[in-house]
Amino acid sequence: MTQTAEISGKRQSRFEQFSQWFNQEKILGPALVAPAVLILLLLIAYPFCVAIWLSMTDKMIARSDTGNFIWFANFTKLFKDSIFQRTTINTFNYALVSVFFKLVLGLLMALVLDEVKIFKNFFRGILLLPWIVPTSLSALGFLWMFDSQFSILNRFLLDWGLIQEKIIWLGTPATAMFSVQLVNIWRGIPFFGISLLAGLQSIPQELYEAADIDGASSWSKFWNVTFPLLMPVTAVVTLFSIVQTFADFQIVYVLTRGGPVNSTHLFATLTHQTAILAGRLGEGAAVSLFMFPILVIAVVLQLRYLQKQD
Amino acid sequence: MQSSLRIRKITKGIVVTIGLLFFIVILLFPFYWMFITSIKPDSELYDMAQPPMQLLKPTLEHYVYLIENTRFLLWLKNSALVATVSTAASIVIGTLAAYSLARLRFRGSRTLGLTIFITYLVPTTLIFLPLAYVIRSLGLFDKQVALMITYPTFLIPFCTWLLMGYFKGIPKELEESAMVDGATRLQALRMVILPIMMPGIISAALFAFTLSWNEFVYALTLAQTEAIKTLPVAIVSQLVLADVYFWGSLMAAALLGSVPIAILYSFFLEYYVKGMTAGAVKG
Repeated sequence: MTQTAEISGKRQSRFEQFSQWFNQEKILGPALVAPAVLILLLLIAYPFCVAIWLSMTDKMIARSDTGNFIWFANFTKLFKDSIFQRTTINTFNYALVSVFFKLVLGLLMALVLDEVKIFKNFFRGILLLPWIVPTSLSALGFLWMFDSQFSILNRFLLDWGLIQEKIIWLGTPATAMFSVQLVNIWRGIPFFGISLLAGLQSIPQELYEAADIDGASSWSKFWNVTFPLLMPVTAVVTLFSIVQTFADFQIVYVLTRGGPVNSTHLFATLTHQTAILAGRLGEGAAVSLFMFPILVIAVVLQLRYLQKQD
Repeated sequence: MQSSLRIRKITKGIVVTIGLLFFIVILLFPFYWMFITSIKPDSELYDMAQPPMQLLKPTLEHYVYLIENTRFLLWLKNSALVATVSTAASIVIGTLAAYSLARLRFRGSRTLGLTIFITYLVPTTLIFLPLAYVIRSLGLFDKQVALMITYPTFLIPFCTWLLMGYFKGIPKELEESAMVDGATRLQALRMVILPIMMPGIISAALFAFTLSWNEFVYALTLAQTEAIKTLPVAIVSQLVLADVYFWGSLMAAALLGSVPIAILYSFFLEYYVKGMTAGAVKG
C-alpha cells in the first residue's frame, strides 16, 4: 500500500517536474510555434529552394530522371523569348493599371460609405461581395458578359448608342487586356473600399472639429487631415494589392488562358502553361521566380513600416 | 446663412446617394446578371430579338440539370471537407503560435513573428509549381489530403498574424492572476484567455474558411481526378466543355458555389469586417 502510494507520488512529482519545466517561457514559447514553423518550412521554404534548383535544370514532367543541371540556361533562353518578354510587359501593365484604379475607386467608395448614415452594415455587406465570392466563379460570370455573341455589355453599349459595332472583348489583344483588368478592378474595389473606410473611421473626430473652428473648407480638411492620416493604411493595402495582382492567375486563366496570341499571359499563367501544360518543369520554375523580386521589395517596405510603427 | 448651409447639406446628400448607387450598380450587376441567366430558359437566353433584361418564363431547369446530370453535389462535398479540415487545423496551430509570439518571451520570437508575417505575403502562384513537385515526392499527389496539408501554408500565417493582434489586446493580468492561483500557462490559456478570444477566433476561422473555399491554383494542380476536385476548379474545368457552353447551368453553378460563402458571411458580417479591418489597419 505505502509502496504504491510512494510510486504514484513519485510519478506525480515527475509529471509535475515535467509540467514545471514545460511551463518555462523559453521552453513553452518555441514548443507552441513549432508546428506552424515546421509546416511553413516543409511546404513554403523547402519548395522555394526546390524552385531555385528546378529553374537551373532541364527537368521535364514526362521524364522520370531529375534532369540535367544547366546553370542559367533557362533564364537566358527566357530573356530572348518573345512570349516571355510580352508576358513581362503584360504583368506590369496588368498590375499597375489595375492597382491604380482599385486605389482611386476604392478611396472614392470609402469616402461615400463614410457618409452613409442608414443601413451602414447592410451596404458594406453587399458591396463587399465581389471580394469574398470565389474569383474563378465570378470570372465565369464575366466570361458570359464578355461572350462574343451574347455579351450583355455590348447590348447595353449598342442600345445607348455608345458604340456602333460589337466589341470583341476577349478576342483582340488590346480589348482582352482591358477586359481582364476590368475584372480585377471590379474584384478589388471593395477590398480597398472597406479597408480605407476603416482607416477613415480611425481618424479622431476632434481633428475635424478643430479644422471647423479654424474655418477650413471641405477640400482643405481632406487635404490636410484625411489624406495624411490615411496614408499609412493606404500604403499597406496598396503594397499588399500590388504583390497579389502581380501574381494573379485565376481571372486570366478563366477568361483568356493567356490569349489571344499571349496578349494577356501573366507570370503566373505562363508558369502554369510552360510547366504543367507543356511539361517543361525547369523552364516553368524559372518563369515563376520572376514574381519573387516584387515580393522582396514589398517585404522590405512592409518591414520598414512595421519598425516605424513600433 | 442658414439656407446656404441647408443647400450644402442637400447637395452632399445627393452626391453621396449617387455615389452609393454607382457602386451598387457596378459591383452587384454581374451577380444580378448571373442570376437572371440562371433562371432563363434556353429559348429566351439565346434569342437576340428579346430585350436582354426581359424574363418571360423563369425556370429552374438549369439548376435541375446541374444537380441531376453533373457531379455538382460531390464537388460541393469535396470543397466543404477540404475547407473544414484545413481551417480547423490552421486555427489550432495558428492560435498556439500566436499566443506564443504575442505573449511569451524567448530568443528569436520577434524574428519568428516577422518571418511568419512574410510568408503571409507570399502569393500561392509563386509556390504552386515546386509544391506540386514536393507533394509528388511525398506520394500525396492527386489525393485530397494534399489540399488539406497545403492550404494551411497560407492559412496559418494569416491566422497567426490576425490572432496575435487579438492576444495583444487582452490584458496580461488576467492570465497572471490565474497562474497565481496555481494554473499552468496552458491551463490559463484554455480557461481564461480562449473564452475571451472567441470573437477573434471566429473571424480568423471565417476568413480561413473563405480562403480555402475560394482557393484555385493549388486545387488545380494538386487534385487532377474529377471525383476529388473542389468546386471552383471542377466548375471551371468540368463544366466548361470545349466550345460548348451551357450558360444557364454554368451561371447556376457559379452562383450555388458562392452561396455557402455568402450565407456564412451574412451571419458573421460584423466579425468579417472587423477581422478585415484589423488586418488592414494593423498591417
